[in-house]
Amino acid sequence: MARNSNRSKTGFSIWAVLVIVFLYLPIVVMVIFAFNQPSADALASNPGVDPCSLPATQIGNVSVWNGFTACWFPAALHDPTYIPAIITSAQIAFVAAAISVVLGLMAALALARMKPRGRIPFDILVYLTLVVPEIVIAVASLIFFVQAHNAVPFFPQLGFWTIVLGQIVFNSALAMLIIRARFVGMGDTLEEAAFDLGAGPLATFRQVTLPRLMPAVFSAFLLSFTFSFDDYVLPAFTNGTTNTWPIVLYSAVRFGITPAVNALATMMLLLTIAAIVITALILRRSRGGSSEGVAKNFAALGV
Amino acid sequence: MTVDTAAPAPQATASGAGEHRSFKPRYPAWLALPSLAYQIIFFLGAMAILVAFSFATQTGFNQITYGFSLEQYKAVLDPTYLGIFVRTLAMAAGGTLLTVVIGYPVAYWMARYLGDKKLLALLLIIVPFWTSFLIRTYALKIILDSNGFVGQTLHLDIMYSAWAVGIGLVYNYLPLFILPVFSSLERMDWTLIEAANDLSAKPFSAFRQVTLPLTLPGFVTGALLVFIPMTGEYVVPAILGGGKFVFIGNVIGDAFNSAQNPPFGSALAISLMLALSIFVVIYILVATKEERFGS
Repeated sequence: MARNSNRSKTGFSIWAVLVIVFLYLPIVVMVIFAFNQPSADALASNPGVDPCSLPATQIGNVSVWNGFTACWFPAALHDPTYIPAIITSAQIAFVAAAISVVLGLMAALALARMKPRGRIPFDILVYLTLVVPEIVIAVASLIFFVQAHNAVPFFPQLGFWTIVLGQIVFNSALAMLIIRARFVGMGDTLEEAAFDLGAGPLATFRQVTLPRLMPAVFSAFLLSFTFSFDDYVLPAFTNGTTNTWPIVLYSAVRFGITPAVNALATMMLLLTIAAIVITALILRRSRGGSSEGVAKNFAALGV
Repeated sequence: MTVDTAAPAPQATASGAGEHRSFKPRYPAWLALPSLAYQIIFFLGAMAILVAFSFATQTGFNQITYGFSLEQYKAVLDPTYLGIFVRTLAMAAGGTLLTVVIGYPVAYWMARYLGDKKLLALLLIIVPFWTSFLIRTYALKIILDSNGFVGQTLHLDIMYSAWAVGIGLVYNYLPLFILPVFSSLERMDWTLIEAANDLSAKPFSAFRQVTLPLTLPGFVTGALLVFIPMTGEYVVPAILGGGKFVFIGNVIGDAFNSAQNPPFGSALAISLMLALSIFVVIYILVATKEERFGS
């Protein structure tokens, strides 16, 4: 019996390693191709020019390996379209995530211990926002925002704020589910004690509920930020003239890309990994060195 | 309407009558109102306009007349669009099946064999999410390019084909399936498997009779979380299908962008939702059931 289970363990492990390699292969390729040169023809027809200052139309095929250069990294940092688009995306993601978490937290508190009769209509609405394909939400939001702007004078034009408004639909539903799952899992004995001791709802929230919900709130914020920052479809239809990072990326991929894009993505990945490592070190210090505790905190951030 | 009548109910019970506990601490129900109002305006409102548009007619450039015309829905039934519908649903079904077959063993491995390292594996599955989805899809294009390394060594030319789109779908949705399945497998009581083994059940029948029924809600949730967005996929067919292998999502998008026919696009979008509504109902039933188990 033991030998049999060992053999299947080995089988599962091999399979899992292969799948994880598959998940990371495109990321490895992305990093390698950040160091790719323009094609030999392109270099030959532009002698004496900094190869990384060439536009996408003049660098030849960069989907094949042409040779090593590191010049895309400094070129990317001075790019006039990519950097502003990244900043815009970060701003949109921050605002959308902040509003989503506040809305989601309030709804989670109210709904977690509500009877099914009151909760189910709201639940159906929430699940609907999560399961309607994004392209449908995107085109519906587009016509809604245009009509709303025509009918209501203070309603924003297509742009930064309509992207934010559209993303909150999905992100606040997600935030509510994450926070509520944690809230339900915590049990209500501590809140009960606080109420018994005469604390009002506000004091109970500040001193009892919020501190314990913090990991879920943080996790909801982070997930919402990530989704929003990486979102292409909804912004592509509701952006007006605002360019986000995925919108710029999409048109680059469709109509001409330079390895500067890979260089930027590589730098962003490094920043993310650095943030993870620093957070892990801080958490480890405050938790007295238990690596399992650190991993648990990260799992709370991810799921 | 149902919401209005149902919302005050919990407060009525909070004041005491008929509860087995005399006092239950609760946050006020009105805290849910901002969120509810937001979803009603920006989600249901947008959906309502989409429905109204699908019954409208295009009466000139950027000019629409509301009415109750079924013209757009007749256009949806054109063989060309029905063909794209069938292709989309078939690709999504195939992609989901592949994702399940590839992803389930990974979730099982993490939950059963990893012990205290399972959270590290979880992190490993999540990290690719932090690199832009578009860049990862572009990197897949580099990998699959017929002039690239794989294309030259294996003599494969699958770019802009069903295979390329399928690989892109599975690649992008794999983590989305692994995570919910892992979390339901992780909550399972593995001593039940030992019991099944002690009662001399074969490994596969133990899996079929114990593991699978117990983790079915997570399994179905994961599969639908993958299937539904796949049917609405826009980016993967556009990049890896190169415009030659479009999904219904691309046709919807084009109706609003280049074709300038929003009523037709709206009718397509509503038709997609109708086609999916069966799956959505299953999803809601399963998801709320799982939550009831959880709490």
